[in-house]
Amino acid sequence: MEEILFFAAALGALGGAIGVIGLRNPFYSVLALVVHLFSLAVLFLLLSSAFVAAAQVVVYAGAVVVLYVFVVAYVGGGEESAWEPIPGQRLLAPLFAAALFVELALAVLGSSLAALGTEGPKVGAGFGDPAAIGYLLLEKFLIPFEASSILLLLAAVGAVVLASRREAAPSEHPAESVQGPSSNGDGPSGRPSSEEVPAPR
Amino acid sequence: MTIEWYIVLSSLLFAVGAMGILIRRSPVVILLCLELMLNAGNLALVAFSRMVGNQEGQVFALVVMVIAACEVVVGLGLIVAIFRRRLPLNVDDLRELRG
Repeated sequence: MEEILFFAAALGALGGAIGVIGLRNPFYSVLALVVHLFSLAVLFLLLSSAFVAAAQVVVYAGAVVVLYVFVVAYVGGGEESAWEPIPGQRLLAPLFAAALFVELALAVLGSSLAALGTEGPKVGAGFGDPAAIGYLLLEKFLIPFEASSILLLLAAVGAVVLASRREAAPSEHPAESVQGPSSNGDGPSGRPSSEEVPAPR
Repeated sequence: MTIEWYIVLSSLLFAVGAMGILIRRSPVVILLCLELMLNAGNLALVAFSRMVGNQEGQVFALVVMVIAACEVVVGLGLIVAIFRRRLPLNVDDLRELRG
């Protein structure tokens, strides 16, 4: 039973990963990522880490993928050009990936770790459940926990600054004058409103 | 299933993500491939944590998830900013910073 679940989840994860890099439309790539993430959550459950699996589904498949879908819907798909700045890059990339896989697998399997061939020690029912992880996070790893919360706050502030509608640099960029006519032609009301809107705020 | 299978699967997913970063041109898809690589690392962390029988590796995996979320937020903010400036969403065209 466990073998069947493992191979089903591994196939799902691998298929999702290949779908992410193989599908032309970025929207379908995001959907393939959802398949990949759910399969990985199943694998985490098989490794008896329930809390990580739940966080995977909630954080990734819930929040992150929704963010991706929003951005893909906003910027649109866009076709990729066939132009290659490095000649033969598309041919060399699979070779590089195969070499990377062989090297990683050899490095781990050749490490003569005796426990690699086992399923790990017997663990109780409480292994990896929210109580145990929460205890670790709030007792032993309190400082990394707080540091990651600060990092999240910084990332949120950074994203707001990056994506804010107030085009902060209309004067400092010479490219802006090149863009001026096109943006005016696209939306003549865009520029004045973007300057008027922040004032009431 | 023994731990080896998980580790080999994790290396395979990592290699697939690395290949995607090399062959795709759209920044959104490159961010997705970064997610693949981070998730492969997470799988290896959780598998090793199970191998040792210690839950601390799972805390590492959670921290990696936080980092991935930050990376997504900042990366997508950058993509939206690029799109606002009407620059091409293609990493080969955005090469002004290249030395």
